[in-house]
Amino acid sequence: MEDIFGIPAPLLFGQLLLGLINGAFYAMMSLGLAVIFGLLNIINFTHGAQFMMGAFAAWMLLEWAGLNYWWALLLVPIIIGFTGVVLERLMISRLYKLDHLYGLLLTFGLGLIIEGVFRNQFGSSGLPYRIPPELQGAWDLGFMFLPIYRGWVVIAALILCLATWLLIEKTRLGAYLRAATENAPLVQAFGVNVPRMVTLTYGFGVALAAIGGVLAAPIYSVNPQMGTNLIIVVFAVVVIGGMGSILGSIITGFGLGIVEGLTKVFYPEASATVIFVIMAIVLLARPAGLFGRA
Amino acid sequence: MPLHRRDVLLAGSGLALAGGRARAQGGALRLGVLTDMSGPYRDLTGPGSFAGARQAAEEFSAATGMAVEVIVGDHQNKPDVGANIARQWFDREGVEAIVDLPNSAVALAVSGIAREKNKVVLGSGVGSTVFTGAQCSPNSIQFTYDTYMLAKGTGDALVKQGADSWFFITADYAFGHALQADTSRFVEAAGGKVLGAARYPFPATTDFSSFLLQAQSSRAKVIGLANAGADLINCIKQAREFGLLRSGVKLACLLMTVVDSIALGLPEAQGLLMTESFYWDLNDRTRAFAERVKGKRQGAVVHASCAGCYGVTLHYLKAVKDLGLERARASGLEVVNRMKAMPTDDDAFGPGRIREDGRKLTPGYLFQVKSPAESRGPFDVHKLVATTPAEEAARPLAEGGCPFVRT
Repeated sequence: MEDIFGIPAPLLFGQLLLGLINGAFYAMMSLGLAVIFGLLNIINFTHGAQFMMGAFAAWMLLEWAGLNYWWALLLVPIIIGFTGVVLERLMISRLYKLDHLYGLLLTFGLGLIIEGVFRNQFGSSGLPYRIPPELQGAWDLGFMFLPIYRGWVVIAALILCLATWLLIEKTRLGAYLRAATENAPLVQAFGVNVPRMVTLTYGFGVALAAIGGVLAAPIYSVNPQMGTNLIIVVFAVVVIGGMGSILGSIITGFGLGIVEGLTKVFYPEASATVIFVIMAIVLLARPAGLFGRA
Repeated sequence: MPLHRRDVLLAGSGLALAGGRARAQGGALRLGVLTDMSGPYRDLTGPGSFAGARQAAEEFSAATGMAVEVIVGDHQNKPDVGANIARQWFDREGVEAIVDLPNSAVALAVSGIAREKNKVVLGSGVGSTVFTGAQCSPNSIQFTYDTYMLAKGTGDALVKQGADSWFFITADYAFGHALQADTSRFVEAAGGKVLGAARYPFPATTDFSSFLLQAQSSRAKVIGLANAGADLINCIKQAREFGLLRSGVKLACLLMTVVDSIALGLPEAQGLLMTESFYWDLNDRTRAFAERVKGKRQGAVVHASCAGCYGVTLHYLKAVKDLGLERARASGLEVVNRMKAMPTDDDAFGPGRIREDGRKLTPGYLFQVKSPAESRGPFDVHKLVATTPAEEAARPLAEGGCPFVRT
């Protein structure tokens, strides 16, 4: 067995792959945040709670309506995305004229409330959600067992990220969205309904979080605090990638997943901290983030 | 803030607030269940602990006519919050004893206050062996379990089955370290080897696959999981996902409860081993207790903390009765000494006794999670595999280092 830096090569490859898988979650989550921030200028701290709601919605569909994982993947983003639309209309839309800080406080508070409600209703120990039968089992890659489901998560995340990027960078709708970010009154003057577009964008960002939740449900315990652990890292990813930069958050998400994976081998105690160390360095060297425009 | 929160909980739990206050002035004995009502240990303790303590109070009141009132508070797993509530309860609300105290940090803080004010701590959710060791208090009891019992029950059993090389996945804080250290001692004493450990950041970790893979490449026969709650559940799910269990590796869940088995679901949890001091389906008396308290659990399982708070509260009330209410109010120390002098006996744990250092001697039961085919109901999840006798399940008195115990 070959050793690299004192670590057996198979273990190292395994960790790189795992890092990529975790990176897929980071990318998916930070993508939603970046989309919302880019267009609404709102730092959506409810994102973790919405991720958690996605997982719970999948569980509810299975337990209460008998709808399996694939239905959940289709329906949950629509349902949770709709709750996002309602939220934006009722509350968030009132804050656009105010400082960032108010949006942050509102969404942070909402996140805490939603989590509290779920904890009261479902307890703190979590609910079981099984891997769909089609995706059970594992591939033997020689250096490690890759569960088929994890492979599927990476593929699904890549497709989602690519599709979102294409939608925003390459389509007419995306062009309207980007234009509205630059100068909303002007775009409105051309007959585009900007407030509705903004509402739908928020709904879309929330739907991305919800899909993340559905994808995560079979891997992690479905519990009310599942979003809290993820969201802090994801915010760091967004900051490192450059606030609002879509490509930045995708690349940074995958990249930091790998960095974190490697830290888990060399010095596990620091694996939660390493991302923030990188964040501090990036902020010092490039305050706008790796892919952000100053 | 804590007062407000507690009052809301009180109202929510359906306790007759006004009636309770009125009786308190008339001399009702007041107990406070201080527990985690909103955090990660809520399902393992929280409302279940409150239910157990209330059950004991009701049964005792019905049998003796002594008025007992039980209130509840949420310490939010913060020692400062817990200490504040404890002071308020002791100083202003006439609380004589505080029950449960999951989270050792909070328990130790409250134990100090109770000692200073000569009140009583009836620990049930507190797991650290320090509580009856170096930081023991003559005013405190540790009733339900400790990490020594868990480590010995599960560690010993697995080494005896031939699983003699271990790798630990450990939550990087005091509780995880203690659990790993205790278990390592038993593994090594039984002739096993510890090959390594990965300490992961707590509570910021949700993906354990990296650590599981490191454990696998160490070629250990057992992966010791020195963590609890959602972390434990994620570890088990992911170990199964990555095919570790199929390759013959065993998982040692050092702090797993009936609540975790149910949360995981039997298809994922089946075959796992764990140690607890209570299971509702252990014998006729435990079943009778579970049946009586069921109405207070709102569809949730009757778990060890519920039983522990029941047992310790009942024993406390017996000691108070024996001593007389006035003397009991005057000195918590005297009540605890009486509790140690009297043998315990309740439906949840059967007969037993409390040692000088405050540790209740109770057998450790090694359970295995049933397969879905073996289970006859949603709470029918465990079967008894082995029993560690009460005297062996607790750390020998001389090793504890409790200053006021003369050995």
